Amino acid sequence: MEDWWTTATIEPSIENHEISGIARLMMSPSRHHKNLPTMHSSTMPLSKSSYNVLSAFCTEDNVPQCISYINQEMDSLGFSSACIEASSPEGSGGLNTVPALNGMYELLQMQRRSQRSLQEQETESLKISSALEHLQITNSRLKDQLELSKREKSGLHEAERQLQLKIKTLQNCLKTEKDEVQKLQSIIASRASQYNHDTKRKERESTKLKERLNQLLVDKRDKKLAIDVLNYLGRADGKRSQWKTGKVEARHEGEMYKSLLSDYEGRQRALMLENAELKKVLQQMKREMVSILSPSPRKPCSSSRGDRVEDSLEQAGSDRDKEVGDCSRETLDQSCDHAREQSCEHAREQLTNSIRQQWRRLKSHMERLDSQALLVQQSQQRAGKELVPRQIHEEEMERMRLEVQQCKDFIQTQQQLLQTLLTKCVKSLVDQRQQFNSPCYDDETAALLNDCYTLEEKERLKEEWRLFDEQRRNFERERKNFTKAAIRLGHEKKAFEEDRASWHKNQFLNITPFVDRKRHSASETPRALSTSSEPEMRIPSTPARLTKSRTYAAFSTPKAAPVAGMPSTADLYRTLRLIPDSSSSSRGSSKRGSWQEFNNFHSREDPRVRSRDRYGGGDCCSIFSLGSEETASPEDTLQ
Amino acid sequence: MNFSEVLKQSNQLCRVSPDGKYLATCVQYRLVVRDVNTLQILHLYTCLDQIVHMEWSSDSLFVLCAMYKRGLVQVWSLEQPDWYCKIDEGSIGLVSSRWSPDGRHILNTTEFHLRVTVWSLCTKAVSYIKYPKACQKGIDFSRDGCYMALAERRDCKDYVSMFVCDDWHLLRHFETETQDLAGVEWSPNGCVLAVWDSCLEYKVLLYSLDGRLLSTFSAYEWSLGIKSLAWSPSSQFLAIGSYDEKVRILNHITWKKVTEFDHPATINNTKAVIYKEVERRPVVGSADLSIQQHITMGSTLFNTQSKYEICPLPVQVPVVKPDLDRANPKVGVSSMAFSSDNRYLATKNDNMACVVWVWDMQRLGLLAVLEQTSAVRCFQWDPRRPRLALCTGNAKLYLWSPAGCVSVQVPAEGGFQVQSLNWHCSGDSLILLGKEQLCLCYMETEEEEDNDK
Repeated sequence: MEDWWTTATIEPSIENHEISGIARLMMSPSRHHKNLPTMHSSTMPLSKSSYNVLSAFCTEDNVPQCISYINQEMDSLGFSSACIEASSPEGSGGLNTVPALNGMYELLQMQRRSQRSLQEQETESLKISSALEHLQITNSRLKDQLELSKREKSGLHEAERQLQLKIKTLQNCLKTEKDEVQKLQSIIASRASQYNHDTKRKERESTKLKERLNQLLVDKRDKKLAIDVLNYLGRADGKRSQWKTGKVEARHEGEMYKSLLSDYEGRQRALMLENAELKKVLQQMKREMVSILSPSPRKPCSSSRGDRVEDSLEQAGSDRDKEVGDCSRETLDQSCDHAREQSCEHAREQLTNSIRQQWRRLKSHMERLDSQALLVQQSQQRAGKELVPRQIHEEEMERMRLEVQQCKDFIQTQQQLLQTLLTKCVKSLVDQRQQFNSPCYDDETAALLNDCYTLEEKERLKEEWRLFDEQRRNFERERKNFTKAAIRLGHEKKAFEEDRASWHKNQFLNITPFVDRKRHSASETPRALSTSSEPEMRIPSTPARLTKSRTYAAFSTPKAAPVAGMPSTADLYRTLRLIPDSSSSSRGSSKRGSWQEFNNFHSREDPRVRSRDRYGGGDCCSIFSLGSEETASPEDTLQ
Repeated sequence: MNFSEVLKQSNQLCRVSPDGKYLATCVQYRLVVRDVNTLQILHLYTCLDQIVHMEWSSDSLFVLCAMYKRGLVQVWSLEQPDWYCKIDEGSIGLVSSRWSPDGRHILNTTEFHLRVTVWSLCTKAVSYIKYPKACQKGIDFSRDGCYMALAERRDCKDYVSMFVCDDWHLLRHFETETQDLAGVEWSPNGCVLAVWDSCLEYKVLLYSLDGRLLSTFSAYEWSLGIKSLAWSPSSQFLAIGSYDEKVRILNHITWKKVTEFDHPATINNTKAVIYKEVERRPVVGSADLSIQQHITMGSTLFNTQSKYEICPLPVQVPVVKPDLDRANPKVGVSSMAFSSDNRYLATKNDNMACVVWVWDMQRLGLLAVLEQTSAVRCFQWDPRRPRLALCTGNAKLYLWSPAGCVSVQVPAEGGFQVQSLNWHCSGDSLILLGKEQLCLCYMETEEEEDNDK
């Protein structure tokens, strides 16, 4: 029971309201009419809400009927309802729960399945409806198109009809034009014939007139027509004129033919010459072709690489052609001879044939060569581009390496020689110097000696320089330490000053009667006091600083810039007990400064101190002197 | 290049004797014979009327002077100055007179082309040749002087008669297949006679000396045809210029067309050199020009300087559109001339009157184009060298040779305008003919050039 209820309560929440409504409506009529005539519960309240107990399907009273009804229903639906029935006879509430639940479960399953299928069908139907809509739309569109094309078709038909009409009219026009042309042509022809006729007639007339005129003139025996010559001239060729006889006529004919003949002969000769020339060219070509195509062992050695390639190609490729070529060459030679001797038809034919044959071979050979060349080119393009340069490069490299080696060897030997010479020289010089100490040695050796000495000196100087550098670095380090210490001291002093000031203030405030004003000037007084007090404090220190301004400048490092309240270096030194007193401070302070400053300073102050330093000083003194007199002549330091 | 003084002449009658020694000029009714080199007057003859035509005999011994209006011909002898000969054609009239090649006969064509009268100076004999045709070139003598070809018209048909000039024996007489024969011309070797039809039909017929028809050539139909014809000196080529602005070259073996030279308005041929004459007028400032300056500059204003410039391709040649409705339209190739060495052919197309085209006959292509500032009047090849002289009716002489092109100002006074020119047979001098004057131009011969060097 409880399960039923729960399901009943859950059902509407899960399902769609409308669907459930429909389902119940469909189910209820059969239930009422058949098996539940007594049931006073109407279908409507049942369907509306299953909470209503009064109108419920099953009550405490009608449980067995309900069970039986359900069994029947189940049976009719094809479920196994036996188990429910079996438990029914005992009590009113004796419902066999397991089969009932199974049945219920099955029912639920079925319900769910049916719901799902329903849903599917609904979506299907939706889909179908949309498809239908789409189809309808397309259909209408197609209908429109059809209409349009129909209209178009009719338009085209109309145009065609018009065009045909036009064609017809044009054809008619053409026909009429043709007719006209024909007519005109006939007119022209008739006119032409008429014109020709007319001209002929006119010409005849004119000739007739001319004839008549001529006749008239001749008949008239025009007296004027005359030649008046002083005396007759001889013929240009000096001969006398001859009577006109048949002989003369024949002579004329003969001369004419002679001249014609000579002309033809000349022309023939020219043609022969031309022919011979052409033949010669042909033969030469032939010979050259043969020489090119046949692999001859006596090829000139000076032939280029291309020729060699050709050779090899020829040897490789034309083995099978060899025989043919040879025989063709023979025939060619024969034909050449023939041609030279007798330009008969046969020889000519032979010549041309062999030429053709050779030409074909040459052509094929050329084609082969072309393909080969193409291949070679391609391969070269692929790999050969760097091939030659690399070779050259390597060769060059080898050569250069060799050269370098040679140079190195040369230098080494030179060095060796020089060393031996040097040592020898030095030895001899030292000996000479020790023994004689006289200017007897010559200039050359002197120069050499000098050189040796300077070299040695330089070495030594370098060593010393290095030492000095090291020392200087030490100094630098020391100075840094000093500055640090000074800064620290400054801080301490400041703190001390402040302490003192506060102490003074306190004391002052304790003493002073202006206690009421204390609050006002509490913030201002320290400053006012400090400003007023400080000059007083400084006054004793300023003279010292003024006097030592120069030495102080020497120490001007960026960090050690004079800040207000910072103690001067001189003070610092004094406090550190590095300087005995102010009178001797210059010497002591400069000792640790840069040697340049030191130098200037001392050269101006007192040279005696410097000299004493130099001679009396220890290591560091010597270093200083070295630095200062770097540019000085080596003779000084030499000693 | 030197120029002689200006001499008088009339009717452009000025001829150098065939042997090259004398120069005959006509001034009104006087005939003046001079030495070519010194220009000294050797003989002076006076004719009965103004001379219209003058011609040297082939042996340079006689000069023929014709006065057509009076039907008179007078002949003068150089050897015997007092010898004379006067031929009167009488009332029948005279339209043309010429020497026969032997220099002892004179052929007179009477008016209406009724007949050709052959007068012999040896025997005083007269013979008539009837029915000569009135046409462009009805009579032609072969180069060796043996034969004469005469075009005839009988019964509305064209005939050609060949005469032996020696005794005027009729050698051949044959009908030609022409509608209206326009001219006859012997090949230079005297073995082939070219006969061509009038411009209404393009037709060239080639006859052998014995009257056989060797070949017929027709390039097209139904259009105006041949305008000019020229044999190459070697008889190897026959050039035919026509109204379609083309020159067709026939060969002497097959008599077929070898090539065709077109005369396009736009020249694109990269192998051709186009020389264009450019005039440089002396710049005259208009403001500071006084009358005096005008006077002094008068002569120089007329004598503008000109030079040739080589034009870059393509070149547009000035074309005059001909009036096609009128007879003899100014279109087509009207004059052609081969150089003496057969290498070059110079042509002129009438609707490009300012341009002379020079063709290379070895390459059979265009070699040079000379574009002048004014219409070309006359051009002629040097009889010895490949050198072309031309004039355009101004005071300048133009010369072309394969080496280049030059324009020379004729330093004659009084606006001498070269209308025509003639080479001396040696090729060393050139006779320039103005309207009423003439001037000799002496070329620098090779010896002189050597001396100069």
